[in-house]
Amino acid sequence: MKKTVMMAALAGTALVATSALAEDVTLTVESWRNDDLTLWQDKIIPAFEAANPGIKIKFTPSAPTEYNAVLNSKLDAGSAGDLITCRPFDASLALFEAGHLADLDDMEAMGNFSDVAKSAWQTDDGAASFCVPMASVIHGFIYNKDAFAELGLEVPTTEDEFFAALEKIKEDGTYIPMAMGTNDQWEAATMGYNNIGPNYWRGEEGRKALIAGEQKLTDEQWVAPYATLAKWADYLGDGYEAQTYPDSQNLFTLGRAAIYPAGSWEISGFNTQADFEMGAFKAPVKAAGDTCYISDHTDIGIGMNAATAHPEAAKAFLTWVASPEFASIFGNALPGFFPLSNAPVELEDPLAKEFVSWRGECESTIRSTYQILSRGTPNLENETWGASAAAIKGTETPEALGEKLQSGLASWYEPQQ
Amino acid sequence: MQKPRIRWHIAVFLAPAVLIYTSVMIFPLFNTLRLALFQEVDQARVYVGLENFRTLFFDPIWSKQFWNALGNNFWFFLIHMLVQNPIGVVLAALLSHPRLRFAALYRSAIFIPTILSFVIVGFAWKLILSPIWGIAPSMLDAVGLKALFAPWLGKEEYALTTLALISVWQFVGIPMMLIYAALLSIPEEILEAGEIDGVTGAAAFWKIKLPLILPSIGIISILTFVGNFNAFDLIYASQGALAGPDFSTDILGTFMYRTFFGFQLQLGDPHMGSAIAGAMFAIILLGVCLYLFGIQTRMRRYQL
Repeated sequence: MKKTVMMAALAGTALVATSALAEDVTLTVESWRNDDLTLWQDKIIPAFEAANPGIKIKFTPSAPTEYNAVLNSKLDAGSAGDLITCRPFDASLALFEAGHLADLDDMEAMGNFSDVAKSAWQTDDGAASFCVPMASVIHGFIYNKDAFAELGLEVPTTEDEFFAALEKIKEDGTYIPMAMGTNDQWEAATMGYNNIGPNYWRGEEGRKALIAGEQKLTDEQWVAPYATLAKWADYLGDGYEAQTYPDSQNLFTLGRAAIYPAGSWEISGFNTQADFEMGAFKAPVKAAGDTCYISDHTDIGIGMNAATAHPEAAKAFLTWVASPEFASIFGNALPGFFPLSNAPVELEDPLAKEFVSWRGECESTIRSTYQILSRGTPNLENETWGASAAAIKGTETPEALGEKLQSGLASWYEPQQ
Repeated sequence: MQKPRIRWHIAVFLAPAVLIYTSVMIFPLFNTLRLALFQEVDQARVYVGLENFRTLFFDPIWSKQFWNALGNNFWFFLIHMLVQNPIGVVLAALLSHPRLRFAALYRSAIFIPTILSFVIVGFAWKLILSPIWGIAPSMLDAVGLKALFAPWLGKEEYALTTLALISVWQFVGIPMMLIYAALLSIPEEILEAGEIDGVTGAAAFWKIKLPLILPSIGIISILTFVGNFNAFDLIYASQGALAGPDFSTDILGTFMYRTFFGFQLQLGDPHMGSAIAGAMFAIILLGVCLYLFGIQTRMRRYQL
């Protein structure tokens, strides 16, 4: 009798234990987005767990500047989480090549994304994809609607209209026409060159031709944006040479500048800081009616640790990340970080809506220097920062800058030799 | 005869310092130099001998950056030698004047910036000189000299000099203190003897005090040299790792940092970074040796 009870009790605990095991698949997410911790805990994880009983998610972010180093050492030690937030391009590609990220091509949900969206997390030949694209940032210009109304300005769509508007703001003198500085250099390249450039090099067409070696940085379409940037100098504030990125943000949100060359990541910050109405317009095209191209830059993805103990559960999560449900939670919680899936997402923030609406009108591309071309020394992206700042300041001619970048790229990149 | 005892206590007392110093200073130093002899090829570390140094000095892309950084470093050092140390000597001479009132107050006020963090100094001066919010343009405006103002930190031709002067502002307290101490140690009798011979005022400074503080000035120069060639923090805090505008403020420290740890899309290359660190070490070693054997041994010392 006693023995049977014992057996039953043992069997009972064993059963409980197995069922607990089956229930408790816990997936850990590695990320550098510690800003998003509450978003994950309050919205993303509950939504996923409600739809997928049996899988628990733990979000364990680290500081952005430490992420790459921390992740690498965890992966080498075998203690990294099941899901890994992916930096775009080479950092993640290196992880895939070292066998740390799993190939996700057999996942059906990858079909929800366009080729441009996937390009940041693919091998150079596009044969294997290893991260699900989560979000991108779009470039354009944010403007002060009140200032535009006050001066009777229309939103510019062509380059001529753009410079005419700047000229008018300058003549009036109430506002600094455009808030940007060259002190930190990257704004000149990211919000300057790569913002207006795609209209010149026709987005993906030019970017891919450059990678293939069919176009050169000395070609007209790559040099002309520098010439246009040089014209910006007249419309930036006094002493823009020493103006930093936070200076520009403050100038604009304090209402002292009319136009701000922007990336969409500014939206949530500007919404809380500015007390005037804001609108956005895309990079102006050369002539009315031209096809427009926007920089819709892939920024965050998520992949699976190849060494995970729960590949099925991890794939279930990745599939959910690729779904419209996730896109709508993420896109609305972080206005300015746009979900990349093809399914339309209803955004609530008017400014974010404006940015994302350009996807329907224009061709998307990514920043020209990010894929493959910034692998060697000298680093093309860093060089472009300096070149864009020099173009605005007029310390070098656009042609000389093109020459310099081309010879730097050709020194290590074979297709350009 | 008594057998000489092994004096264990010497080893015991030396051990902690030697162990700690070896593990945190000497070992990393030599390991860095060793690292400079390798290169990573296909995820494996390969011994390449002096190849990295050849790249650094003879590859046009690398050597251009290296010589630019080295040149900037010399300029940075020159400004310190020409501005910081003479001002330090003058301040010390003024402070040691027996009839100066509030000497202690001035001394502390001038010394305080030295204990501030580079980040604070860099940020504060960036704000002061900011063309948008800074007080420098409005102060110049108040005295009618607005035309003299330029966005100094953003102009290639001024940025490095501006940063060097900021650094001078921060560190002028150190030569001042050292020379002040040296001046105080000059016995009154010597000065009185000079007075009897008719050497007073400025002549007393040039003929009696200056020769007596020369060894201190020598030490200060070598400290400045080592400090300047290891400098990094101020440039990084105010101009970032790319040492803008257009690398005009790039010194060896920022060049090494950028190469070693990578920046933005540029992946870190610890091997080339170590090669630069090795070159920095060699330059500083050479400078210190030149001073020790070339100048210090020949300096005349006076028994006080």
